[in-house]
Amino acid sequence: MQCDSNNRLNQPAFGEALFDLVRRTACELPEDVEAALKRAHDDEAPESTARVILATFLENMALAREKQVPLCQDTGMPMFFIHHPPGLSLRVMRRVCEEAVARATREQYLRHNAVDPLTGVNSGNNVGKGFPAVFFEEGDDEAVEVALMLKGGGSENVGRQYSLPDDALKAGRDLEGVRRVVLGAVRRAEGKGCPPGILGICIGGDRGSGYLHSKHQLLRPLGDVNPDPALAALEERILREANTLGIGPLGLGGKTTLLGVKIGALHRVPACYFVTVTYMCWEHRRRAIRIESDGAYRFIG
Amino acid sequence: MMRELTIPITEEQILELHAGDAVAISGIATTGRDAAHKYLVDRLIEGQKPLSTEDQRIFNELKKIYRGGAIYHSGPILRNDAGRWSIVSSGPTTSIRDEIYEDKVIAAFGLRVVIGKGGMGPRTLAACKAHKAVYVHGMGGAGVTNARAMVEVLDVFKKEEFGLPEAFWKIRLDRFPGIVTMDAHGRSLHEELGKAFDERLAKLLRGESGG
Repeated sequence: MQCDSNNRLNQPAFGEALFDLVRRTACELPEDVEAALKRAHDDEAPESTARVILATFLENMALAREKQVPLCQDTGMPMFFIHHPPGLSLRVMRRVCEEAVARATREQYLRHNAVDPLTGVNSGNNVGKGFPAVFFEEGDDEAVEVALMLKGGGSENVGRQYSLPDDALKAGRDLEGVRRVVLGAVRRAEGKGCPPGILGICIGGDRGSGYLHSKHQLLRPLGDVNPDPALAALEERILREANTLGIGPLGLGGKTTLLGVKIGALHRVPACYFVTVTYMCWEHRRRAIRIESDGAYRFIG
Repeated sequence: MMRELTIPITEEQILELHAGDAVAISGIATTGRDAAHKYLVDRLIEGQKPLSTEDQRIFNELKKIYRGGAIYHSGPILRNDAGRWSIVSSGPTTSIRDEIYEDKVIAAFGLRVVIGKGGMGPRTLAACKAHKAVYVHGMGGAGVTNARAMVEVLDVFKKEEFGLPEAFWKIRLDRFPGIVTMDAHGRSLHEELGKAFDERLAKLLRGESGG
């Protein structure tokens, strides 16, 4: 459906699919995140503050799903990641993304979140310069796959980028250095990023690509295993160690500080060794759909 | 044990609260976050220029609401059904951004409760002690359960200028849940926990060379 002979999108069908993606992402957490939160709840001591908080999270999740209202008032900057076949117009796809978020805003699935930094004026429809963010990747598949992430500002504010070596954390240019700055970032974020969080990390790249690649890591399912054994071991170790910090749900103490750690790597120039940490809050709102060439779509994440 | 607080809240009630106590707050309050705090301090409390009629009206309204009352750091999602506003989703936002303002707001208005998330710093803690107020940590991210406790939207101030998330929404709370993390006795759970986090981080980093 996304192509006709002029390589044009079937815009109404594509728009419906994207609107449904936005709505569901705002209202329903993915199953892996829900399951991780339930495990975290069961792990905390009965009557503990951590358990009371996690019980509220579970209740919030169930209520949002039942009433089909946004889990959190901060629906963030919508980030679309689009895999598409050759020949489709990127400008048109971007416009359809904008229309989907504008409609979702009118129907109260998204908060008015796009603010002009110079005038302070809120656009009122979640469309602005660079807003929403849309990224494209061309592939050979005939279907279009769209992943969406809604990430609130509280967790976005505690993301950090380190340029190694880092003297304060005694972090050199190796995986031990990465481990040290990442644990430092988790400590520094404490309760401010709405833990238990999920870390997306990029080793290498430049300052721009590092942040983007760290966000790509957050699209991975919590239960996957990194294909690189060294990174898989580092993910496992940071997760285990961060959960000994005692920061806990909302930073008020507890066993579960992180639900997951996902690390990727990009080539760097010799002079630079960046470690970029993007912190996702407990309400990890990410969903993906696959839109077949006949126009049918289904959720794949 | 859950402690019930009904606005207006007295000094005695505040002094009975201690860091770690769970509370449920009822009564009339407002939301207010970044733009609201800047306005409260720069324009209403410390403004050098005479207030416009509209600003004076808002100042008078807020004085009534905040005396013994509460401000909630939140930027809600709302619904408007034929002119009637209601709250759809409204969890707390990060409070520390208002650290440079909150002590002045507490002092000028006689606020008893500041609700937010992530905790606040030494200036706010000192103001809580001096003016008998507490900081209540809300359930971050739990927009829907919080909205359920925001049962009525009564009015709104500065909606056109600040936009929906940043406006002052005058709301009626019904058993709004939270945990006192900064009390009027000078105790901050955030400060105490932060020291413990530092010690555990130091232990993880001490003498480690990997492996």
